[in-house]
Amino acid sequence: MKNISKTMLMMVAISAFSIANAARDNIQIVGSSTVYPFATVVAETFGKTTDFRTPVIESTGSGGGMKLFCAGVGPEHPDITNASRRIKSSEFKKCQANGVTDIIEVKVGYDGIVLGNFNQSEPLQVTRKDIFLALAKDVPNPDGSETLIPNPYGTWKDVNSDLPAIRIEVLGPPPTSGTRDAFAELALEGGCKAFDWVKAMRKSNKNAYKAVCHTIREDGAYIESGENDNLIVQKLRENSKALGVFGFSFLDQNSDVIQGSLIDGVAPEFENIADGSYPVSRPLYFYAKKAHIGVIPGIQEYLNAFTAESAWGAEGYLTDKGLIPLPDDERSKFGNDAANLIPMTM
Amino acid sequence: MNQVALIQRGLARRYRSEKRFKAYGLTAIVSGVTFLVFLLGTTFLNGYTALLQTYIAVDVTILDSDFDGGLSQESLSKSDYPGIIKRSLREAFPEVTKRKEKSELYRLISSGAQYDLREKVIDNPELVGQTTTFWLLADDEVDVYMKGRIDPAVPEKNRRLKNRSIAWIEQLRDQGRIERNFNILFFTNGDSREPEQAGILGAVMGSVFTILVTMLLAFPIGVAAAIYLQEFARKNRFTDLIEVNINNLAAVPSIIFGLLGLAIFLNFFHMPRSIPLVGGMVLALMTLPTIIISSRAALGAVPPSIREAALGVGASPVQTVLHHVLPLAMPGMLTGTIIGLAQALGETAPLLVIGMVAFIVDIPGSPMDPGTALPVQIYLWADSPERAFVERTSAAIMVLLLFLIAINGLIVLLRKKFERRW
Repeated sequence: MKNISKTMLMMVAISAFSIANAARDNIQIVGSSTVYPFATVVAETFGKTTDFRTPVIESTGSGGGMKLFCAGVGPEHPDITNASRRIKSSEFKKCQANGVTDIIEVKVGYDGIVLGNFNQSEPLQVTRKDIFLALAKDVPNPDGSETLIPNPYGTWKDVNSDLPAIRIEVLGPPPTSGTRDAFAELALEGGCKAFDWVKAMRKSNKNAYKAVCHTIREDGAYIESGENDNLIVQKLRENSKALGVFGFSFLDQNSDVIQGSLIDGVAPEFENIADGSYPVSRPLYFYAKKAHIGVIPGIQEYLNAFTAESAWGAEGYLTDKGLIPLPDDERSKFGNDAANLIPMTM
Repeated sequence: MNQVALIQRGLARRYRSEKRFKAYGLTAIVSGVTFLVFLLGTTFLNGYTALLQTYIAVDVTILDSDFDGGLSQESLSKSDYPGIIKRSLREAFPEVTKRKEKSELYRLISSGAQYDLREKVIDNPELVGQTTTFWLLADDEVDVYMKGRIDPAVPEKNRRLKNRSIAWIEQLRDQGRIERNFNILFFTNGDSREPEQAGILGAVMGSVFTILVTMLLAFPIGVAAAIYLQEFARKNRFTDLIEVNINNLAAVPSIIFGLLGLAIFLNFFHMPRSIPLVGGMVLALMTLPTIIISSRAALGAVPPSIREAALGVGASPVQTVLHHVLPLAMPGMLTGTIIGLAQALGETAPLLVIGMVAFIVDIPGSPMDPGTALPVQIYLWADSPERAFVERTSAAIMVLLLFLIAINGLIVLLRKKFERRW
């Protein structure tokens, strides 16, 4: 028995060593869960229409993906990372320090963040200021003095007398989520800027400004419901009074169950997000390592497949999945970068 | 006399408490069964429809002019099959002329149908120049409608399937050109982002390879460790410490083993992410304590008389263990091992950490190919926005349950076969 297990151990050690040194023959992609639904469709089409193997895509979140991507060059590190925000300068520096010098940046499109509810209920018409007042941890004192008080509002009517008298109850993603970051940055910060004295804080005390504008209340009005947008959609059906925060693609796929609220008078619809009039939308990116092109087969072809007009174009198959395409000029710029492997600069 | 009266006075109370006790037990079982029935019932009701898949019959005319380079293998594989399907749909619905309506019409057929058609034409080049009726895979929206999960009474703007599409589907239904067949693709395909093309085989193979690696590592190491500790090791502080540690490890949350695997196998040995080999090694670490503890218990349950008899007729300690004690302890060891493996089969958390939660279309052919596992596939599908994935998630749960039932059945069988009584 012991002999067998010894041989076993040795075999594992040997195979571990040889695997570590063998080159991969499939592209490895990590990163944002928001870009994941789009990247997977491209990867699948790519695998079926070319002789290359289908890329393996892991959803790690934008930040986690950057960390893996920037860890170094070599087959044990991923080739491409998806991100629902632009690469940060700190991440870019870390990449450079680890030898990942030439990075090809591709902006793929936009995603809208929706504040939605069950579609048998009344659709809500809110402003970003309402969202800020309803969901921030501390809000400006309603008596007009320039002080902050813990959020006193219980119903939407307390926030804005035009809104219905229903309890504030919002299901949304936890702090690890890129959707939550973007929601805080676009919706909450957009609303807190409506107060001039808070806006002035941005110059005088940036940290305090961020703390006010990005911190979501923790007294039960905002319910963290996990990264699973599908679960949020299902819970909205059960609870017709609650609102949910999720990506546009989930609204698009479940429009028979949920509806999006109008924010600043604009409905979360494809055209409104594409032309930028819907205020809560963000760009999506992916980043590729130039050093891996020619080492891992198929990266260049994958870039071409993603930036083909039939994929990310205005009528491409990614729009069926809820991606909001880039305007023509941006598309031709990033398409050109991808085709000619022009590395980004910061 | 007095005592009898005392006993009789207390008797009614004792009977009552007995009845109460039985009632508590019964309530516990009934509520347990209710939960189980509810769980299995909802899973089954949501999932059984995934066993059926909608197909649409289309008269596909394949023209010679679809192939520029004659009927060579290359031109057969490179032809514009989506175009052929679109043309055939236009011929089937000649009244559809507007651009927007046409693109809606094309969406009735799955984007995967072209690969199926391509394969058929490559296999039978004589189809070129003929009109043949093909049963093409329908889109997931059509499938969901056919399964009665889209209510046509809902206002049109609130559903993804529009009135026009529903009219076409009803027209096809009247002509007998739409049909639900057994969904073989679900059992032969890997993952896909199109629900109608998504299958469970990739995850099943990933699970099989992972469990195989786990078993090959954990069983021999676990049994060897148990034999040494139980039969040969001297009892001292050091072995006591080891024993306490093993018992402790059995209760450590599985995610810790995942992080350990991430640090050792991926970051130190630079093994690739997402492969069943690493998953199996991590799960082997997790399963080892279970196997060691149960194997030691099985060895301890072998009566000392067996050992004494063997030693008495002159067997060496190794012979005693290998020839006499081990075979008798084997059923208990196997039970422990299989319980450990069943636990490993349902494990998700450690696999997430080492990257087995990826979107993988190709079906793994060895433990070195990227793969996922069944519970991870369930997690991935539950997170997908398309409605048709709901039923597939439930169907995947049923497949996982079947696996577990099969493994537990194996335990009972093995125990029955090897069990010996003294």
